Amino acid sequence: MMRRLALTGLLLAPAHALAEMALNLPAPATGIARDIIALHTFVLWICFGIFLVVFGPMFYALWRHRKATGHVAATFHDNRRIEVLWTIVPIFILVSMAWPATQLILAMKNVGDSDLTIKVTGHQWQWEYEYLDDGVRFASLLATPRAEIDGGHPESAHYLLEVNRPLVVPTGKKVRLVVTSTDVIHSWWVPALGVKQDAIPGFIKEAWFRVDTPGTFRGQCAELCGIGHGFMPIVVEAMAPEQFAAWRTEQEGAAAKASLSAQAAANAVLSLDELKSRGEKVYANTCAPCHQPTGAGIPGAFPPLDGSPVVNGAMEAHLNRVFNGKPGTAMQAFGKLKILSDEDIAAVITYERNSWHNHVAAPGNIVEPADVAAFAAHQ
Amino acid sequence: MTDIAATHPTQHGSHPGGLARWLTTTNHKDIGTLYLWFSLVMFLVAGALAMLIRAELFKPGLQFFQPAFFNQLTAMHGLLMIFGAIMPAFVGFANWQVPLMIGAPDMAFPRLNNWSFWLLPAAACLMLSSFFVPGGAVAAGWTMYPPLYIQGGIAYDMMIFAVHILGLSSILGAINIITTILNLRAPGMTLMKMPIFVWTWLITAYLLVAVMPVLAGAVTMLLMDRHFGTHFFDASGGGDPVMFQHLFWFFGHPEVYIMILPAFGIVSTILPTFARKPLFGYVSMVYAVASIAILSFVVWAHHMFTTGIPAGAQIFFMYTTMLIAVPTGVKVFNWVATLWRGSITFETPMLFVLAIVCLFTVGGFSGLVLSVVPVDVQLQDTYYVVAHFHYVLFAGAAMSIMGGIYYWLPKWTGHMYDERLGKLHFWLTAIAFNVTFFPMHFLGLAGMPRRIPDYAPQFADFNMMASIGAFVLGASQLLFLYTVIKCVRGGKPAGDKPWEGATTLEWTLSSPPPYHSFTEPPQIYLEAPHGHA
Repeated sequence: MMRRLALTGLLLAPAHALAEMALNLPAPATGIARDIIALHTFVLWICFGIFLVVFGPMFYALWRHRKATGHVAATFHDNRRIEVLWTIVPIFILVSMAWPATQLILAMKNVGDSDLTIKVTGHQWQWEYEYLDDGVRFASLLATPRAEIDGGHPESAHYLLEVNRPLVVPTGKKVRLVVTSTDVIHSWWVPALGVKQDAIPGFIKEAWFRVDTPGTFRGQCAELCGIGHGFMPIVVEAMAPEQFAAWRTEQEGAAAKASLSAQAAANAVLSLDELKSRGEKVYANTCAPCHQPTGAGIPGAFPPLDGSPVVNGAMEAHLNRVFNGKPGTAMQAFGKLKILSDEDIAAVITYERNSWHNHVAAPGNIVEPADVAAFAAHQ
Repeated sequence: MTDIAATHPTQHGSHPGGLARWLTTTNHKDIGTLYLWFSLVMFLVAGALAMLIRAELFKPGLQFFQPAFFNQLTAMHGLLMIFGAIMPAFVGFANWQVPLMIGAPDMAFPRLNNWSFWLLPAAACLMLSSFFVPGGAVAAGWTMYPPLYIQGGIAYDMMIFAVHILGLSSILGAINIITTILNLRAPGMTLMKMPIFVWTWLITAYLLVAVMPVLAGAVTMLLMDRHFGTHFFDASGGGDPVMFQHLFWFFGHPEVYIMILPAFGIVSTILPTFARKPLFGYVSMVYAVASIAILSFVVWAHHMFTTGIPAGAQIFFMYTTMLIAVPTGVKVFNWVATLWRGSITFETPMLFVLAIVCLFTVGGFSGLVLSVVPVDVQLQDTYYVVAHFHYVLFAGAAMSIMGGIYYWLPKWTGHMYDERLGKLHFWLTAIAFNVTFFPMHFLGLAGMPRRIPDYAPQFADFNMMASIGAFVLGASQLLFLYTVIKCVRGGKPAGDKPWEGATTLEWTLSSPPPYHSFTEPPQIYLEAPHGHA
């Protein structure tokens, strides 16, 4: 039934649906992306020309030289002149493609004279941005609710292509990216900017872009990086330099305020229920993809938390695992990398220690933000 | 001499029956049959995985599978198709056809031949059973990139061992094929008089011997990193994850030609038969295949343009990659010239081959687009690449296998296949293939990454189209299975030479050929290169 509906839908696809069916590269926002489109169009026309030259005669032969029409086969099987010709001519065609491509490669690789440098770090499964000039640093992760994905009914306007905090850049400035990773290979890709750069753990690679006009540009991780590969989008917001400067000041203020409120939060004493309900939300977004909503994990790939010795053992060890992660696995250093706040870490640990079959005896069942802050201070 | 004959009872037609026949056989025809059935089973299994992938991607949102299982599907679909379906199928063709086409009594090393085949089911068991071990099968892509591959469970070790076994099988098979071709040709058949299919396999076999050890080495290094504390691919110990990609693609790009050169051979055999005209430019065809093979060793980093290799390397690998278009173009031009002023008919094998010439060329065009580094930066790891390699590997390799099966099945079984069913299978396959894979070009251009279990709604329409095409494509292959079984079980007698325009030696034998053929070398009367007399 669903298949039939889908088929009918396809046949009756109205004009607006066709308008959505993009047939070419997205609208460019940088000079490089514009040049790439021009180059692609040029190569495509060459292909189209060759297509006609090759398949014109072929289909002519298939039509006119059929046995059914009584055509008698010729016996020729060699022609030195034409064979040399169709070896030499393609070389000239290739040179006509290679020349502009080489120019563009050199332009794309020229990362010098940048106005601003941003460090992009891939983690399983979010991006972390750090403005190297002033130390503004934050994690950017998928904002689409997990329930919407698992429910199979996308509703968000930018389903899977929305983040909690976009990368903000000024227009008209040369932004240099230094790209790396802490676990597996990711790839930072925003089509409208004409940038795709693999993030290689242990190595720093460079890329650059200069956005012409303000706008929001969306992309995704392009290198298979595990189960969250389809769920680590990239959103870049380009704004005029004045607005960007204001945004930056705001960030510094916000950072100061955040540290104040973090101190306040760290001093706050939350009840078990408060921690658990907050922890449940953090767990659903951050932990459930691997450890599963049931805490059962995926045998052989991701360990269960239900009945886990770490979760049911000493609080210090549990805190250490969440704060520092487990190197060589998808378990991130959620505290050390500031992916989760102290409050969130406290909440999620408390949630884990009091859920499913885990019933850690008091007082070890509650972790307060202050405990996390104290732990962090010792690191 | 009589002593030798006495100790080789199978020499005179008395061989065990039943299962023991297939387990102990050293006969190239039996082993060819085993390879072909094995690959057909793997083709259907790996195809079934593709159906599951397309079911999940039918519409946005996660409907059937969690990402962990989805990633297993994509990785295992690729590995099983490449190592289980395509490569063994071509070795099956080599086993059946090389001795028949060069007038040899059998392969050079018959017992080795038996072992080369029986290694395959062992590897297949390892690969398939890995779905049921804790953590499930390999989910890190068929390319097995570390560090992701290092994170995996026991299935990842099983896959490494399976690759070792498959590599061993390929190397032994390749050595056998090289030795057979170089030593067992009938008197008078000089290298430049060999059928073009034999030429393509000779070059393919050299590629296999050259690159399978590189893959074996690379996966062994993965195993060492996983369990023995080495850091070949781990920067924290002085290694480099990108180093694996260099090793893998040094294997991987020639591997692409391992899967396409024998397909070229099949096309170049079938096309002249149904055009009733000799292959145009035999000599330049041989040189074109050899040039492609040699160039395939110096293009590997075009799979790595976005890893951050320096501009100089990008430019070098772009130029060498573009250069491959020259010999590939020569092949296509020669095929068109072969058709020109022929006397053309459209039996099922010919339909497949004509479709290959068109669709493989489309795959060649998208390959040319991808060779241009700045464009590749946009398209690398998107559905455009998925479209590209299916145009080359399904429409090139898999469809040439199907065409070859229809072409030689009458010879192998002695029965004609059902032409009506064959044509139906062809049209369903050709149309469904394009409905499935052509939209993927647009998906890639619009920005859909490959290997994702869920996607943004703007990609929904083309994905649904691709899924519908895929379901038809998958179902059509059951018709292929039925048509093949029907032909094996019976049908109109084929006669020695059912194809009017066929010229190679196998058609001088009865259909099916005797269990031991060419025990006396045939006389080769050809003056000019094969088929030009």
